[in-house]
Amino acid sequence: MISIAEHRIDAPRVPAAPASERRPEDLRAEVWRIAGAVVDPEIPALSIADLGVLRDIRVDRGAIEIFITPTYSGCPAMNVIAVEITLALAKSGLGPARVTTVLSPAWTTDWMSQEGRRKLKEYGVAPPQNGGGRRALFGIEQINCPRCDSADTAQIAEFGSTSCKALWRCNSCREPFDYFKCH
Amino acid sequence: MESGSIQVTETPLVLFVLRRADDALILGHRLSEWCGVAPAMEEDMALANMGLDLIGQARSLYAYAGEAEAVGHDEDAFAYCRDERAYRNLLLVEQPNGDFAKTMARQFLYAAFAYPYWRAMMGSADAMLSAIAAKSEKEMAYHLRYCAEWIVRLGDGTTTSHARATAAIEELWPFTGELFEVDGVERAAIAEGIGVDLETLRGAWRSSVAEILEKAALKMPADGWMQKGGRNGRHSEHLGHLLAELQYVQRAIPGAIW
Repeated sequence: MISIAEHRIDAPRVPAAPASERRPEDLRAEVWRIAGAVVDPEIPALSIADLGVLRDIRVDRGAIEIFITPTYSGCPAMNVIAVEITLALAKSGLGPARVTTVLSPAWTTDWMSQEGRRKLKEYGVAPPQNGGGRRALFGIEQINCPRCDSADTAQIAEFGSTSCKALWRCNSCREPFDYFKCH
Repeated sequence: MESGSIQVTETPLVLFVLRRADDALILGHRLSEWCGVAPAMEEDMALANMGLDLIGQARSLYAYAGEAEAVGHDEDAFAYCRDERAYRNLLLVEQPNGDFAKTMARQFLYAAFAYPYWRAMMGSADAMLSAIAAKSEKEMAYHLRYCAEWIVRLGDGTTTSHARATAAIEELWPFTGELFEVDGVERAAIAEGIGVDLETLRGAWRSSVAEILEKAALKMPADGWMQKGGRNGRHSEHLGHLLAELQYVQRAIPGAIW
């Protein structure tokens, strides 16, 4: 994997079993549970595990390294996510941890979990279509309204309030809604 | 960060990466100038989003140029502490926004090139450039789709929008030759399998531009005199003004952090 940036925060010393004395697989699972629960600040309904932004965790003699990947090149949430991860681990008495941003392989909406898609719809955002990572120029998309499930919807704008969303409208219930773009 | 201008150690790889980084930063900055003043809220968000994608690409590329140069220059040093002549971007991307038609035409002509370019660069022998390409390719596909729709809407729209789209394409056309310029830096990258031969992308660019212009009822201008020089630091008069705004705070208060 390719590293482009590193964020380090030294965790305060907490009198728990030192990370170095735990079995690496137990430590890795715990780190995954804690780091994976960090939410995307722009879509707080989704955790970084749901999104597929959390890519890997490596534990070596108690040293923890967490790998995350951006959804879009300019995603402004990445720095916040890295800080949230180190803080969450520090609060649990784990760390110091290093968060590394990787670009390859490139993130795709196909990595979003089924649980993530369900939560996204509940939150009012139409989830990305499965396996729709590439559409032809001027391709037609069929997006269902996340509120009333109607298929009678229309795009208002290709770009929405964040890089990963487009703005749509339902012609049945008349509600506007965000659509998480296929990527 | 250094207080004055930095001196870049211009190895072929550093130059090759800076060219792409500068394209992305300068075009991203141009798009950011629309923030708050675009014709409609939706287009305001679209332009800011596209600018964000490009500045994100620029950050990855500058970080890599810094690694390749290995003298301690970071993203900010490249962006804020280089003079106009050290910038290596295409003349096309530094051209002023003009009206909405000109901004769309500039974005369209660039995206129609950048999309196949990054797609080809996914096969680069350089692992980092290949990784950046895989992200950029997806983003540029989306930009191309968005701009192409606007070119059709403007060209095939009212008498005024048609006239403005025609003027925009004609004004920017002389800057499109530089997209495919292959010089020593490019040849060195091609030889090492790092870069792609830009000449091989010309066909794909021409056919996608021709297809959209035809849909838009716009004429494809004839190739005449083509402007060049940006890749070697010889810019139009517009870049200096852009950099004055982009770099002002770092130049006025060197090393300021916020």
